[in-house]
Amino acid sequence: MDPSPETLLDLHRRMVRIRHFEEAAGRLAEQNRLPGFLHLYVGEEAVAAGVCANLDDDDQISSTHRGHGHLVAKGGDYSGMMAELMGKATGYCGGKGGSMHICDLDLGMLGANGIVGGGVPIAVGAGFANKYRGSDRVSVVFFGDGASNIGAFHEAANMAAALSLPVLFVCENNEYGEFTPRDRTMAITDVVDRAAGYGMPGAIVDGMDVVAVWEAANEAVSRARRGEGPSFIEAKTYRFYNHHGVQTLGMKYRSDDELEQWKQRDPIELFEDRLATAGVLDADGAQAAHDAAEADIEAAIAFAEESPLPDPDNLLVDVYTPAAYSGAIS
Amino acid sequence: MTPPADTDARRIAYGAAFTEGLAQMMDADPNVFVAGEDVGRAGGVFGSFRGLNERFGDMRVVDTPISEQAIVGLGTGAAVSGLRPVVDVMFMDFMLVAMDQIVNQAAKLKYMFGGKATLPMTITTSAGAGLSAAAQHSQSLEAMLCHIPGLKVVMPSNPYDAKGLLISCIRDDNPTVFVKHKRLLGLKGDVPEDLYEIPLGTAQVVRPGDDVTVVTYGRMVHEATSAADALAAEGIECDVIDLRSLQPLDMDTVVQSAQRTSRVAVVHEAVRFGGFGGEIASQIAEEAFDYLDAPIERVGAPFSPVPFSPVLEKEWVPNAEMIGERIRALAAA
Repeated sequence: MDPSPETLLDLHRRMVRIRHFEEAAGRLAEQNRLPGFLHLYVGEEAVAAGVCANLDDDDQISSTHRGHGHLVAKGGDYSGMMAELMGKATGYCGGKGGSMHICDLDLGMLGANGIVGGGVPIAVGAGFANKYRGSDRVSVVFFGDGASNIGAFHEAANMAAALSLPVLFVCENNEYGEFTPRDRTMAITDVVDRAAGYGMPGAIVDGMDVVAVWEAANEAVSRARRGEGPSFIEAKTYRFYNHHGVQTLGMKYRSDDELEQWKQRDPIELFEDRLATAGVLDADGAQAAHDAAEADIEAAIAFAEESPLPDPDNLLVDVYTPAAYSGAIS
Repeated sequence: MTPPADTDARRIAYGAAFTEGLAQMMDADPNVFVAGEDVGRAGGVFGSFRGLNERFGDMRVVDTPISEQAIVGLGTGAAVSGLRPVVDVMFMDFMLVAMDQIVNQAAKLKYMFGGKATLPMTITTSAGAGLSAAAQHSQSLEAMLCHIPGLKVVMPSNPYDAKGLLISCIRDDNPTVFVKHKRLLGLKGDVPEDLYEIPLGTAQVVRPGDDVTVVTYGRMVHEATSAADALAAEGIECDVIDLRSLQPLDMDTVVQSAQRTSRVAVVHEAVRFGGFGGEIASQIAEEAFDYLDAPIERVGAPFSPVPFSPVLEKEWVPNAEMIGERIRALAAA
């Protein structure tokens, strides 16, 4: 199925919004204006955008420690996100989660996750709930090549297949697990090879081509909605910045040449060329999308900076949910 | 240990009381389902889920792969999506395989998400030594769970509590861990047919006395009560407290008793070093130090893995005789 012009513009907008959020977060981190760790999604935008454009608010996703892009792609609010990154009371998690636990349950975004692979079983559980209710909702697991080496991934992928759950596994293969290249940590080149071991269909897509990602996800999501079980997409992609933060901290774990080659295939630039050629969006139109995103992020930063810090009196609030069982809700 | 007198109690086993409570909650609430290894067609390795699959079907009584992380994750994801899962981890030892999903995910999601997630999930499991099941199928690991903010932990000692605490756990909107003791499964007791709750965090005095407070839970309630019965013949009256729920913990009942008796023993089956008894002893020292006439006694298993051979295992598990000796010495101190 070919994406409509409206879908193409939607994909562009989602990618641009991710890029501007992440670039702004990176700048703030370099100015020491954000506490804690920051794992940026720049370079991988086509994956989150291409997948999430196939989802509704009540479809769920689980994310990774590199999770901002997934939340933006799912429709997340810049202001709540930026305030959370700054540890403010107005943030998505009231300042209790930060970058690695950012979430929006109203949008079905079940959280970034500080544990590699930790979100995979949770998304499978969400998929179980969808099947249990007989709904056509799907859940999507975003995970990296590194996470495919952890036990939780294996257990959850097998369970999703064994129980035939409506789950889409999206591997963002950016070739590095933290600072170690994939070829030092697994003996296969394509993570999707693992899908066959679970009895689920798998496909490789160019993760720098948002239309390719959208098409593959569209097919897999439709399949899940039809009750035909889980599938696996491996998107070949690359992170333009460091594992955490922006700079490489002098660590020589990948070459400048390699980085430059991937940057030649910047997913947003590639897509803008394509949109211009197709007559869907010209340079001015693209710039307008960037300008709109930049204005939004500037407003979000101002909102976050003016927002109050969390009240220390609330330190112990929300460790538990107070007793409130109201009986069956069907 | 005795139910209210006005109920239509029958004598049924601890394991059957568990099954009945679960079935009644599944009847009452369509969002309740159970998933775990062998819980479906096989009815559970201890028979705790017998008959449920036939009655409620494969979607509500789910046979899973042997995948403890994915089992707990299934429950967590389903719970944040609005269901009320009961996930079974066959042996408490196997919870260690799923610790990331229990400790880093389920216990913390609500807090990390700024309160937005609700996790009405119950993890059921079976603990305890006494079956020659050796070091990986016999442990009592409650202390490490009670250390984790966000979890609730119960360890019932009798059929009445097993049913009532299970219902309270399932109805609770937090991740709860319901720990059966394997050697109590066949223990019979009075259990009402109705759906009833025992509020989490309420201890019960199972044998009143004025001389020594004995704080215990799980199967050790029975060993401690036996010891107390024997000591009564010597004129030492024990106030035996069954905690029932460890997190939340009813310290008021414990402290009030300690202030009255001035002598306290804490008894559990788990390894004594670093065990839950240390927390209780500390809190008593903080709340009632001036009332104490003797150091707080802690009875627990020695610092070794659970041994296999029956003769060694018998030596390892605290028993009424050993508990009695320690209480006798405490009473004389």
